[in-house]
Amino acid sequence: MNVAVVVFPGTNCEHDVKHALGLLDIKSELVFHLETDLSAFDGVVLPGGFAHGDYLRTGAIARFSPVMDSVAALAQAGAPVLGICNGFQVLCEAGLLPGALVANRDLSFICKPIHVRVESATSVLTAATEPGAVLRIPLNSYEGNYVADPATLDELEANGQVLLRYCDEAGNPTEPANPNGSERNIAGVANAAGNVAGLMPHPERAVETILGSTDGLGLMRSMATFLELAGATP
Amino acid sequence: MSMIATDSGAEPAHRQLGMTDDEYQSVIEILGREPRPAELAMYSVMWSEHCSYKSSRMHLGRFPTEAPWVVVGPGENAGVVDLGDGWLAALRIESHNHPSFVEPYQGAATGVGGILRDIFTMGARPIAVWDPLRFGELDDAHNRYLLNGVVSGIAGYGNAVGVPTLGGEVEFADRYSANPLVNVMALGLLKREQLVLSAASGVGNIAILLGAATGRDGIGGASILASASFDETSGAKRPSVQVGDPFEEKKLIEACLELYERGLVVGIQDLGAAGISCATSECAANGGMGMDVDLDSVTLREKGMTAGEILMSESQERMLAIVEPEVVAEVIAIAKKWEVHANVIGTVTEGGALRIRQHGELVAELPAASLSDDAPKYDRPSARPANLDDLWAAGLESAPAGEVGDVLLALLDDPALADKSWIYQQYDHQLFLNTVVEPGHDGSLLRIKGTEKGLAVSTDGNGRRCYLDPRRGTSRLVMEAALNVAVAGTRPFAVVDNLNFGNPEKPEIMWQFIEAVEGMSQACEQLGIPVIGGNVSFYNESNGVDIYPSPVVGMLGFADPMPSAPPRLDRAADGMEIWLLGPRDDTDFAASAYARVILGRLDGRPAPADPELGPQVIATATELAHSLPVLHDLSAGGLGVALAEIAIAGGLGCTVRDVGWSELWSEGPHRFLALCEPGAMPEVEVPAVRIGEMGGDQLDFGEHGSVPLADAARVWRDALPRRMA
Amino acid sequence: MRFRIDIRRKEGLSDPEGLTTLTALQNLGYSAVTDTHFGRTIYLDMDGDDAAAASEEVESMCRRLLANPVIEDFDIEVVG
Repeated sequence: MNVAVVVFPGTNCEHDVKHALGLLDIKSELVFHLETDLSAFDGVVLPGGFAHGDYLRTGAIARFSPVMDSVAALAQAGAPVLGICNGFQVLCEAGLLPGALVANRDLSFICKPIHVRVESATSVLTAATEPGAVLRIPLNSYEGNYVADPATLDELEANGQVLLRYCDEAGNPTEPANPNGSERNIAGVANAAGNVAGLMPHPERAVETILGSTDGLGLMRSMATFLELAGATP
Repeated sequence: MSMIATDSGAEPAHRQLGMTDDEYQSVIEILGREPRPAELAMYSVMWSEHCSYKSSRMHLGRFPTEAPWVVVGPGENAGVVDLGDGWLAALRIESHNHPSFVEPYQGAATGVGGILRDIFTMGARPIAVWDPLRFGELDDAHNRYLLNGVVSGIAGYGNAVGVPTLGGEVEFADRYSANPLVNVMALGLLKREQLVLSAASGVGNIAILLGAATGRDGIGGASILASASFDETSGAKRPSVQVGDPFEEKKLIEACLELYERGLVVGIQDLGAAGISCATSECAANGGMGMDVDLDSVTLREKGMTAGEILMSESQERMLAIVEPEVVAEVIAIAKKWEVHANVIGTVTEGGALRIRQHGELVAELPAASLSDDAPKYDRPSARPANLDDLWAAGLESAPAGEVGDVLLALLDDPALADKSWIYQQYDHQLFLNTVVEPGHDGSLLRIKGTEKGLAVSTDGNGRRCYLDPRRGTSRLVMEAALNVAVAGTRPFAVVDNLNFGNPEKPEIMWQFIEAVEGMSQACEQLGIPVIGGNVSFYNESNGVDIYPSPVVGMLGFADPMPSAPPRLDRAADGMEIWLLGPRDDTDFAASAYARVILGRLDGRPAPADPELGPQVIATATELAHSLPVLHDLSAGGLGVALAEIAIAGGLGCTVRDVGWSELWSEGPHRFLALCEPGAMPEVEVPAVRIGEMGGDQLDFGEHGSVPLADAARVWRDALPRRMA
Repeated sequence: MRFRIDIRRKEGLSDPEGLTTLTALQNLGYSAVTDTHFGRTIYLDMDGDDAAAASEEVESMCRRLLANPVIEDFDIEVVG
């Protein structure tokens, strides 16, 4: 497959995402936000960073970038669309994912490895992982606190759209293991079809032993696995 | 202080701008006439202490600056060294002390922005930042406010601009209460063909101003502010604060890197202190050229700015690029793609004159080189402080008996010794996937992807030790920083320094400065490494009280290949042997944590660095780092605290024997701990002794008693959050 | 008594958030917009009925905590 890694002004994780996909032999290209045609791509990643400075509201300006119409079109067509950190925030602002991300409970930026448990393994983010698996992955955000109204949260739970939950080392989604105050310890969600997903932690930062963890590899590989399972050409 | 008034009672303009009468006479001699207002403004800023190094320049020549691997030495925006295979590294350190006291968030934020521009001005992509910080004690609410503001500013700017912050260091002392030190160091990486310098060559080439609009930010700010002392009237002197915009800087970085990649830039200079004055004159002077500049082409943020204000503005996130006329349109198109303003503001001319026009009128015409080359140079008097003899005579030679638990927990609770994750977890320290050893270790280690090369970096300062003996204190800083990069598996490669001192017009301060320069030079010579850049920050005094002399060393270590599994503090395992390498020492308590925290005293004379053994110990550490799991430099708190740090990181207790009470806390130089599997310690050529092994849930100090590991860990982790809550 | 406090960047200081939002608005076609300034609004409920004394206290709060007088200006208004 060939993945478009979208670069907004202020995006900063694009090279890291490309590096991680490269380790998995997944082809990718950096695509500037002024691009309006993504039809040559099988999937899209919106990487982390501070698109448009995160000014006004995180993701609020990026959602109007020219590239976003074609991201929405790919999402509509069932293609894999993944938002990591700032990319997750953009997808929520764009209405492609439910909920929103607000400032961390303690109002400070958090950069440290945390644990997440895989809740549902049928999505574009988790298809190559096992349900219940506990992964150690770096978190790096100020606005990582996931919120949605209770009805939406219930619906997400019922449909298996909650993909990852913050947990302790043993896999328990406890309050102390919730680094940023996210509702129900939610670290990642998908749309109903499972082809659009977002998460706050950075799986691309956990892809090599020398960096401290390889637990992100499965998450990064899942786009390809999702496509294979869907019967599309990888 | 009495003021000499003119007949009318008003101060003459040059004095209001901080220029002496003699300096003003020099300007008249250079120009052959009285300066116009804009010219006076330019000379006053460019000849300020901050920009001209007029009190320090004659001493800085002492530094060893040459080595076969030095590509660019001191004097350019950043020092550059050769890593082989076409790779270069750029390193630079700066201070933002005064702005950070006025407004801690923006002061620290714009410090990060400024240092990054110094790096990408060289053609390098900035890949990491470090922040050595010094504040007053945290029992004072204002000091907590300053620490919080500075850390938030570094995080807010560094994270958003997309350059990881890999650590730094922090000290607390009352002397810094009214004058905190905020230093910032950045590292960049580039291929040799991308190297760009700040020379404007080629008559007819075009000067393009890139980046943010120009406002009245910090008119004379960094330079005037950093060239005078704080006193009760500082409020009136405060310039408007510079506000950083990390998003603008991020776009500017990407736009400039794209310009370099396409080979469109002849020369480039960032706009820092003294703004357009400095950038245009330096570009022209470095190329042996002149420049015609039209201020009407500068995008302004405010109406009605005078020529002097535009020339002196320190608005952030701006660069001056020199390009050939044929590519102007292409350069502007790339800037537009990145949403960066780009305006043609000048033309390179023959002859060396800098001519500046506004509204069609000539507002300045002067020899470009005179702003830097003809700046005054002072040989200020120096005198050894009278109180040093008494301080030296009063020192301790051993630690008075005490309870091991009380002492260790008190030391671990000291914010300078405690866990710093409260600080560095607010910084993105992982971006770019280069970080192999993260903050919280002796030195951070970065890999260069696609190679086996590794770069380790450590920043070190110790104001109290340098106060007691600036020469010994500074040479030990160099040795300690070198050992820190060695335990990460690299060899010391190059040094940058930030020399933070008090008022140089006081002979005692000048003496401290000269001694520190000598100490640093000697240690660098002993290690065979060059000084490739630095910064001098004088006038760090408030209401007549000077800070401790606080030279800060930024050490770059280099390895090729780097260790495949470099030592980390958290790799201890049950049964591993604990070895102490380097000289045995139990008498060095001058400026030790034990003396300060337990006894509340600051006296004695620090032990000197050992010119032979020091480098040998460092070389040994570099070698052992390729095979052993844990290496840890002994520094503040001595052997006792170093052991506790290894135990806490590994979640495993330890037992040590045959270590005397004073040896547990003494802080003599050139020592480190090594852990190895039983019987696996390689032969080494420096003193090495096995002192114990890892295991259990106690920090067991044999005859001196033991401390539960859990207690030590809790105290060490809570020390900063508890105070900052 | 309810007070409304408007806090904004001092005139002349750079306002990155305002500038970026201005660009975004213009990119969306709102070409008549010439400037955008960001600020914060705080509502404060106070006991007592001495409006002058309360105003003075609110002003003190602004100087000490709510605003950063180095970079921000503020206005105070009684709104109820």
